[in-house]
Parts: sequence; C-alpha cells; structure tokens
Amino acid sequence: MSDLTRLTLAQAREGLAAKKFSAVELSQAFIAAMARAKSLNAFIVETPEKALEQAKASDERLARGEARPLEGIPLGIKDLYATEGVQTTAASHILEGFVPQYESTVTANLWRDGATMLGKLNLDEFAMGSSNETSYFGPVISPWRRSGSDAKLVPGGSSGGSAAAVAARLCLGATATDTGGSIRQPAAFTGTVGIKPTYGRCSRFGIVAFASSLDQAGPIAQNVRDTAILLRSMAGHDPKDTTSVDAPVPDYERAIGASVKGKVIGIPKEYRLDGLSAEIGALWDQGVAWLRAAGAEIREISLPHTKHALPAYYIVAPAEASSNLARYDGVRYGLRKTGKDIVDLYELTRAEGFGKEVRRRIMIGTYVLSAGYYDAYYLRAQKIRSLIKRDFDLAYEAGVDAILTPATPSAAFALGEKGSSDPVEMYLNDVFTVTVNMAGLPGLVVPGGLSAEGLPLGLQLIGRPFEEETIFSLGQVIEEAAPKIGLPESWWG
Amino acid sequence: MSVDLATVRRIAHLARIRVSEEEAPFLQNEINSILSFVEELNAVDVSGVEPMTSVLPMTMKKREDVVTDGEIVEKVLANAPAREDGFFVVPKVIE
Repeated sequence: MSDLTRLTLAQAREGLAAKKFSAVELSQAFIAAMARAKSLNAFIVETPEKALEQAKASDERLARGEARPLEGIPLGIKDLYATEGVQTTAASHILEGFVPQYESTVTANLWRDGATMLGKLNLDEFAMGSSNETSYFGPVISPWRRSGSDAKLVPGGSSGGSAAAVAARLCLGATATDTGGSIRQPAAFTGTVGIKPTYGRCSRFGIVAFASSLDQAGPIAQNVRDTAILLRSMAGHDPKDTTSVDAPVPDYERAIGASVKGKVIGIPKEYRLDGLSAEIGALWDQGVAWLRAAGAEIREISLPHTKHALPAYYIVAPAEASSNLARYDGVRYGLRKTGKDIVDLYELTRAEGFGKEVRRRIMIGTYVLSAGYYDAYYLRAQKIRSLIKRDFDLAYEAGVDAILTPATPSAAFALGEKGSSDPVEMYLNDVFTVTVNMAGLPGLVVPGGLSAEGLPLGLQLIGRPFEEETIFSLGQVIEEAAPKIGLPESWWG
Repeated sequence: MSVDLATVRRIAHLARIRVSEEEAPFLQNEINSILSFVEELNAVDVSGVEPMTSVLPMTMKKREDVVTDGEIVEKVLANAPAREDGFFVVPKVIE
C-alpha cells in the first residue's frame, strides 16, 4: 500500500469511501509519522489510542454505509481548544495538567462529523506570538529548510504546530485560531492553506480566549479544497457563544472551481509598504496576473487607515488579553504557588505561570485600561478600528468582491532571529494580516511560490463578511496557476 | 508617553504579576518600546468617530435568566489545586 500520509484530505475521504484502506489503517499511518517526527515538537500531547478508538468506530460506520462528512479523517487540534478528558494547556505552564470537563464547540462539530483526533498541537503561549517561540513546551521546528542550509526555521505563529503538522504530513488537517494573523502567517510560512473566517462564523466556546473581539477559529490544510471541507464542519451557530452568527453554513467545497470571471479584485495601494521586499512585490504582481488571466477585473483601491492597524492592534489585543487572562489566578485550576496571603498567591502564581511575552502583554493591557489612560489609548484604538472597518466597507460598497495582498513581509526566519531585543520587530510580521481581524473579515492564505532561498511565500485574499465562498473560488484559481511547490521531504526521521 | 520604574511596579501589582527588582528595568524598556510604537495613533483625527463595539451589526443575544449549569460540582472542582467539602480552598482572606 502506498504511503497514506501523502494523500490530501479529499483523497483520503475518497479512498475510505471506496474501501481502498480502512480508517484504522489511515490513523496508524499518521501515528507512525508522528512518532518519527518528535524532533519537530509539533504536538504537546499525542492521543493515538483515542484516534484508533475513533477510527474503529468510523470503520463500523463506513461498513454500514453511514459515513459522515469527515468520517475517519485524522486531524490535529491546536492546544487552545478545550478537549474533554484531554489535557489542554494553551502552551502555558499555568495550565499544565488542566483537563477540561467539556468540549469546545468547534471540536465537538468535528467529532460529530466523524473526524478523529491525533493529538494537541503546539502553539505560542496563549496564542501570543508570530514564530511559535513563546511556547512553554518549546518551539516548533518548521519542516521547511532554506536550500543548502540546515538552520532551524520557525513555522510561524501562533498556530505553528498546526501548520508544521500539516506541512510535515502528520495529519490531514488541523484546527487553528487567528487573532492577528495566527492562522494565515504560519500557513504562508509552511506552504499550506489557512482561512480565518468572518468573525462570528465559528463558535469561540471552549477556545482559550486571547482577545475576544478578534479571535476566530479556522482550519489549516494542504490545499484550498481540504480547507473548505474542514471549515464547513467547524462553522455554525452556537447558543453558547453570543457572538456566533445564526446563519446557515454553505457547502464551501462547492465554491471550488466556480468561475471568477468578472469578479472585481481590489489592490490596496497602502499595502505597498516602504521597504517591501522585491520578492514579495513580484509575488503580489504575479497573483494579480493570475487572477486577471482567469477573467477577474483588477482595480486599485485605497484603505487609508491601514498603517494604523498594527499599533491599534497592540492596544486592543493586550487590553482584552489582560482581562481574559485574569481568570488564571491559581484558585480554580492550573498552577498554584503558595503565598502568605491571597494577593501573594495570585502574584507568585501568575509570575511563574506566564511566560515573558504573556506577562508583557498583560502589563501593557493593564496599563492602557488603567484610570487616566483608558481614553488616550483604548478608546482611541477602538475609534481607529471603526475607521479601518469603514475603509473596507467603502471598498466593498464600490463593488470590490475581494482584496488581494501579500500574506507576510518575508519568508520564514530562523529561530532566535527576530524580536529578541525589541518585541516590536516580531509584531511587524503581522502587518498584512492584522487589519482583517480589526475589521472582522474573512482572509484566506494560499501559497504563491518560493523565495530565492527555496521557502514558501503566500498570498492573501480578503473577502466581504460571510463571503468565504468567493475567496475559496479565487484561492483555487491562484492554487491552480501557481507553481506546484509541494510539501518538504522528510529530514526529520 | 513613557513609564518610569514606579509605574512598572504599579502596573505589575494591578496585573497581579510579581516583578523582581532585576526584571523591572527590562520590562520598563519593553513597555516603552511598545508605547512609542503606538504613539503615532495620537496624530489620527478621531473626532466624531464612534468607538467600535462589534465588528458585526448584530444585537446582543440574551438567554433566559435561568440556571443552566447547576449540579456539576465535581466537574467544576475537577481541576482545583486545593479543595475541601465541595469548595475551592484559598489562604485566609479576612482575619
């Protein structure tokens, strides 16, 4: 039998339906691949027994002709999703050993549709990072390497484990989350496809909260079709999340292959940043040419408040984080350090339980929300957010169907290369993705080609609210037209 | 705006995070680096702009004011670092 880990999700689904292999055999192939890939550190917890038990049940259903949409498909779950009975840490020491007594809605939806769980994927601590170097459980190593170099590269963050696991063929797809680019930046760095859906499309219930007005769940997979298949199962209304939207979930897979003739694609001039690398500029131009060749109409647009998105994000996100992370106090769950009184207990627990980046963001958030600074920082940032959203609204009202931009300012970098002396250097990685979260829009990242060093580069499509189907169709056009970059060959075992 | 060491200590206390004497100056630098990064926002004209409260034009959903998660004491306490008789245990709060 050929290597089952080399299949796409859609191919695996067909193979299972045609009884070419069983769900148990499929799970076993991935469990073996995970065992060989320990050096990538993509998983915090592996759950092979659970995967096999679920696969066995899937085989019984397949035999009865009762297959569900994801029957027997092995997935990795970002360790930000609460999974009942399986340790969930958000890659933080403060949650080490925490075993949720409930299941996140998104993962519950995946199990409802027949998927199986291989384990919990590594990430930046509390999803705060753009390189996966802030995890308490150590960094994830990208399966990609620069040509002629064995320097360890980052897979991006915060969903670095998700992107690395898909790129290294350790699962057929993975859940991820995106607050400022945490699905799209790692997808771009690893040559995979990721979508941050419209805010409200997926339930946030049971996902460890970082910045509630920005966080959204989404999938990372090998290609546009697989990503569309996963999003259909993940999405949907949930009474347990008041921000989840009560609207039917389309069959996103049907958008794959739809014509994009006549679609108006906006090219925002403000994204052509000073110092944009020639390589990224050329990739962007190439993306424009592909869409034009497919019959789309290209239009230059202006999103004048773009440059304020990143600074405003670094007020809004830490402010919400400081509030959300107040629940980690050493009383109800997680780490506890004994103190002489209750305040001492809180302060010692949180100092030891949170890593450097998380402590820093909580402190920034506490500062911008504190008396005397709330109006100057937080309120002003929320007003700027309205301006950023208005820019997009005006472009869409003028007839633009989607917007094309680069995904990241560069290809993946090496471990320790960025942000060690100045945190802002790392924050700049999200410059193309963060506006999308500020405005609550859907954003899809698709590989567009390779850098001079042989690393993947991604293009981003930004859609109208709840029009994920349009960006899936456009993404498919780019995927078809782009040179086939494939996934990296194993050096990790 | 920039913060001094006393402010760093005050924020740390408000955030309930113990900061050591050695750590404080580094945090001060990092916080000031971030604050100078966001400084440019002061130049944006936001007069007459409503602050964003929701990215979607939707009304807040409300549920009936009824108990929906009662009778699960064991689940609630399952991860407690210290418990006794169905309660969380913390150091004495009132003398």
